[in-house]
Amino acid sequence: MDIPWAVMLIVLPLAAGLMAFVWPRVAQTLALFCSLAIALAVAGLALQLWRHGVFHHALGGWDAPLGIGLYADGLSLVLLTATALVVVGCSVYASAYFTIEEARRFWPIWLFLLAALNALFLSADLFNLYVTLELMGLAAVALTALSGGRDALAGAMRYLLATLSGSLAYLLGVALLYHAFGSVDMATLAGRMTPVPAAWAALGLMSAGLLLKTALFPLHFWLPPAHASAPSPVSAVLSALVIKASFYILLRLWIMLFGSFAGDGVAALLGGMGAAAIVWGSVQALRQTRLKLLVAYSTVAQIGYLFLAFPLAAAAAAWSAAAVLVLSHALAKSAMFLAAGNLLHFGGHDRIADLDRVVQRLPLSAFAFALAGVSLMGLPPSGGFIGKWLLLEAALAQGRWDLAAVILLGGLLAAAYVFKVLGHAFTQAAVTHEPTAVPARMEWAALLLACSAILLGFTATPLLSLLEVGAPFGGSGP
Amino acid sequence: MSAAFFYALAGAGLFSIGLHALLAHRHLLRKILAINVMGSGVFLVLAAMATRNGIVIPDPVPHAMIITGIVVAVAATALALVLMLKLTAETGQAVLPGRKKEDNP
Repeated sequence: MDIPWAVMLIVLPLAAGLMAFVWPRVAQTLALFCSLAIALAVAGLALQLWRHGVFHHALGGWDAPLGIGLYADGLSLVLLTATALVVVGCSVYASAYFTIEEARRFWPIWLFLLAALNALFLSADLFNLYVTLELMGLAAVALTALSGGRDALAGAMRYLLATLSGSLAYLLGVALLYHAFGSVDMATLAGRMTPVPAAWAALGLMSAGLLLKTALFPLHFWLPPAHASAPSPVSAVLSALVIKASFYILLRLWIMLFGSFAGDGVAALLGGMGAAAIVWGSVQALRQTRLKLLVAYSTVAQIGYLFLAFPLAAAAAAWSAAAVLVLSHALAKSAMFLAAGNLLHFGGHDRIADLDRVVQRLPLSAFAFALAGVSLMGLPPSGGFIGKWLLLEAALAQGRWDLAAVILLGGLLAAAYVFKVLGHAFTQAAVTHEPTAVPARMEWAALLLACSAILLGFTATPLLSLLEVGAPFGGSGP
Repeated sequence: MSAAFFYALAGAGLFSIGLHALLAHRHLLRKILAINVMGSGVFLVLAAMATRNGIVIPDPVPHAMIITGIVVAVAATALALVLMLKLTAETGQAVLPGRKKEDNP
C-alpha cells in the first residue's frame, strides 16, 4: 500500500495547530505526539523515495498548471529530516521551558510553523513557495515576539519588515517569470527558460529577496537581534530551519532555472558574499559579550559556507556539500542555542565572562555546547566535517585556493569562539548569583541534538546516496 | 505603449516608491504603509501582466494569485500593527530602537 506520507507531513501539524489553539489544555501532549508522528512520517517518506524514486502528488487530483503539486526528492528529504529532528528536540525542550501562560500561545504557532516548513520543502511551484514562505515568516515573527520584552518586540518588528520586503521582491520576480513563460510550475519553467530581460530581472529580484531572508552578509542586520532575543527553543528553530528554507528555494531556483544562463559572474558574487559572511560573522561572534548573540553571529558565519557551493558548482559534490552542511548546521546550531538557553536559565544572565563553574553544575549542557562546537568547527567525525571536507575537496580540485583558505580560516575562528565560551565555563570563581535548577529534559534535548550532529558524520554514505534520489542537482527535477 | 505595459510600469514605480519609503522613514506606521504600497505595486504588475502577448482574454491565474496575496498582506499588516502597538506601549515611541551599546562593545 502506498501511504501519502508527504501529505501527512502538512496535514498533521496544521490540524494539531488548530486543535492546540482550541484546546490549550491538551496542546502540549498533542504537539509532542505530532512531532513524533512527523518524524515517523519522514522516515516513511525516506523509505518510499528509496524504493520508488521521487514522490509526486497532485492535491485534490488537480495537477499543474491549475492545481498545486507536491514534490519530494533527495534534497527535499534532507530538509524534511532536519526539520523533523530539530522540531522533536525543541518540542521536548519547550515542554519544560515555558510557563503555562506562555505555552498557551506557543504551541499553536509552533505547529503552524512546522506545517509551513514542511509544506515549503514539498512545494513544486513558485507561487506555492511564496505562500509557504509568508506562512513561515509570520509564524516565526510571532514566536520571536512571544516573550514580549522590549528587545524581543524590537527584534521581531525588524525581522517582520525584513521578511515582508524580501517576500514581496520574490513575488515580483514570480510575476515576471509568469508573464514571460506562462507558468509557475518549476519543472515546466525549467523547460522554457531563456535569458530574456524578464528572466534577468526575476533573477535579481528573487535572489535579493531570498538573500535578505537567508541573512547572507551584508543583508544579515536583522538576524542577531531577532535570534538572540527570542525564547531559546524559538531561536534554535529560527537559526536551524527558518533561514534554511529561503536558502533551499534559492538553491532550487539556481539549479533548475537561473544557473543555466546566469553564469560565473553571479556565482562568483554569491561565493564572495559567502566568504565575507564567514569572516565577518566569525569575527563578530568573537567580539560578543553575550552568549546568545555570539551563537547568532556564528549563524551569520555558517550561512556563508552554504554559498561557497555556488562558485564551486562545476564539481557535483559542491551541492551535496551544501546539503550536508544544511543538515549538520541545523542539528549543531539548535543544540547550541538550547544549551545556551540552559546556561541562561541556570544563571539568569548570558554574560560570557560570568559563566563560571557551569561545567561542574550543568555538565550535560556544557558537553552539548562543546559537541555542537565540534561540528561547527568541522572536526571529524562530525556532520560538519563531512560537509566542509566535500567543499574543501571541490575547492582544491578547481584550484580555488582563496576559497579553501576561507573554509579553513572559518573553522579556526569557530574554534576560537567556541573555546572562548568553554574557557569561561571552566573557571573556578565564587558564585554570586542564585542559580535556578534546569529540568533534566532541557539538558538532554540539547545533548541529544548535539550527539546527532556528530553521529551524522557516520551516516554520510547512506545520506549522500539518499540525496541523489531524483537527481536534484542534475539539472532535471520537479 | 499598450495600456497593460503602462499599468505594469506604474506597478514597478509603486514598488520602488514603497521600498524608498520603507528605508527612508523611521516611524513604524509609515514603514508598514510602505510595505503595503510595495505589495500594491506587485499586485498591479500581476494584474497588468495577465494579458499575455497578443492574447485578448486575460489569464485568470494571476488574478487568483492577487487574491491570495491580498489575504497574506492583510494578515501580515495585522501582525505588524499589533507588534507596533506593543512596542509603543513598551518604549513610548513607535520607532525601532537603535542598537544598544552592549551589543557591540
